[in-house]
Amino acid sequence: MLQRYSVHLTLGLVGGAIIYSAYQEYLSLYIMSVLMFMGVNVILSTSLNLVNGYMGEFSCGHAGFMCVGAYVSSLLGVWLFARDKVFGAPLLDPEYALYAFPLLIIAGGVAAALAGLLVAIPSYKTRGDYLAIITIAANYIIISTIENIGAIGGSRGFMGMKRLVNSMEDIADLPWMPIWVFAFTVFCVWLMRRYVSSTFGKGVTAICQDEVAAEIMSVNTNKIKTITFMLSSGMAGIGGGLFAYILGYVNPGSFNILKSTEVLVMVYLGGMGSLSGSVLSAILFTILLELLRPLQIIKWIVIPLLLIILMQFRPEGIMGNRELGDLFPRLKKYYRFK
Amino acid sequence: MQTQLPTEQAPVLEIRGLTQRFGGLTAVNDFNVKLMPGELSGLIGPNGAGKTTVFNLVSGFYQPSEGRILIDGIATAGLKPHKVTALGVARTFQNIRLWNDMTVLDNIRVAQHYRLGYGLFHAIARSKRYRRREEEIARESAELLEVFDLQRYADDFPKNLAYGTQRKLEIARALSSHPRLLLLDEPAAGLNSSDIQELIRLVRWIHEKFDVTIWMIEHHMDVMMELCTRIKVIDFGQTIAEGNPETVRNHPAVITAYLGDDVI
Repeated sequence: MLQRYSVHLTLGLVGGAIIYSAYQEYLSLYIMSVLMFMGVNVILSTSLNLVNGYMGEFSCGHAGFMCVGAYVSSLLGVWLFARDKVFGAPLLDPEYALYAFPLLIIAGGVAAALAGLLVAIPSYKTRGDYLAIITIAANYIIISTIENIGAIGGSRGFMGMKRLVNSMEDIADLPWMPIWVFAFTVFCVWLMRRYVSSTFGKGVTAICQDEVAAEIMSVNTNKIKTITFMLSSGMAGIGGGLFAYILGYVNPGSFNILKSTEVLVMVYLGGMGSLSGSVLSAILFTILLELLRPLQIIKWIVIPLLLIILMQFRPEGIMGNRELGDLFPRLKKYYRFK
Repeated sequence: MQTQLPTEQAPVLEIRGLTQRFGGLTAVNDFNVKLMPGELSGLIGPNGAGKTTVFNLVSGFYQPSEGRILIDGIATAGLKPHKVTALGVARTFQNIRLWNDMTVLDNIRVAQHYRLGYGLFHAIARSKRYRRREEEIARESAELLEVFDLQRYADDFPKNLAYGTQRKLEIARALSSHPRLLLLDEPAAGLNSSDIQELIRLVRWIHEKFDVTIWMIEHHMDVMMELCTRIKVIDFGQTIAEGNPETVRNHPAVITAYLGDDVI
């Protein structure tokens, strides 16, 4: 009983507490936004871990897919539900914004997953460093494309998503953004957990450890690679969509290689091939970034330094390639996350 | 030689005029073979003779320059290795290629990938079909480990096992894909003499129990003598001799290939 429902219960309590305190405005807007970015970072780091940790490829263009998701869901949302100087009057009644919001985010995810093909197809033939270069190229292609489309603001960025968030709150006065971020974070981690723990998804790990053996032992490596890259970039797109709506503003500059690196750091901090490690490290890293904010630019000296120290003393990251349950077997009695 | 008449049964593996060139080098030249169901035969030859290349061609890892490979009468030309495995060919490697950071049980499970019977959506939705198949796979894998006497290592990582056990696990993994034809690439390499005796027993036992056709490459002649009913010898990609172990051992071309033709 406890084992079966403890995860649901914990998630329900944590989510409920966050949303209730947002509703009652116990927490300042600043803390709320940090919590929401935490959720986005969890999505980003777990999804990148799928490729870098589980599959053993080195993708460093994750922010590019995030960008696709952010733009597609923002543009679609504003086009359909908000008055905007580019698109003019909304096509649909803003009343429906609330119900359509998850679909908008998922549409961003789907678009990002399709953009993931940009990396998935070359991955049939290349791997390692060469594929890493392709991922960087993909990141640049995406950013440059958007920078050069003047109609959607080009490098100045695109805004108007706040209106959509406001119209959601007009329909029902609830803190909708924290609710959606929390829901999508749980959804993404849950989905990836199910994927990698199935025999089907274990093919990913098999490719990582010996691609030749995987191919010979009947794993359809191209199919698995396509699915994994698309899933990973799709999740990044979902993260990007949420990111755009939290900020209410997107510009291509915020999805450059620096952002990709930030996600990479989270993955390596948490441990390759450990979803719980990625969740943990995304939370810690977000807090760390905020704690070090007073240092301003020096922050970017301290954080890489911390990373070097970590790599020196614990190169496998916080969790290595193990999950929470492997590290503390006794915990397994109390929860089951599937 | 084969007891059944070839007309009664279709060959499990038939290779006709197989040729493989790497640039200017002809690794395999006009190679022909027919393996009947239930046969246990061998392929030998000096180092660099092209034995492993033949195996790589059969398992679909290389596409042949010329010639045809038929598995149960189905041509494998243009098929990816995982499709060939799905046709019923499994193999082991000269240098063991297990997934070292996956548990022994998972190694066995993943080898059933082609007949999972469910895809991504079932895996995520944990549908009825998914649960049924996962249960079957888990049960079957556990059984396989048990008959191989490996069940106590089920949750260990292969890298922590003894070398001989790793060999055994690799064969078990190959059998987990339910092959009709099992290719063993130097299964005795790196084993000591007592391990080799065990390997001989193992291969014979597999041959009887799993109803599988076995084709093996091996340098240890005693292993081949014990096990194989028919041996094919190749050198520089050419077939130089063929027959039962005794004939092959005394064949002048074989002796020349292995020892050189200088008159001492």
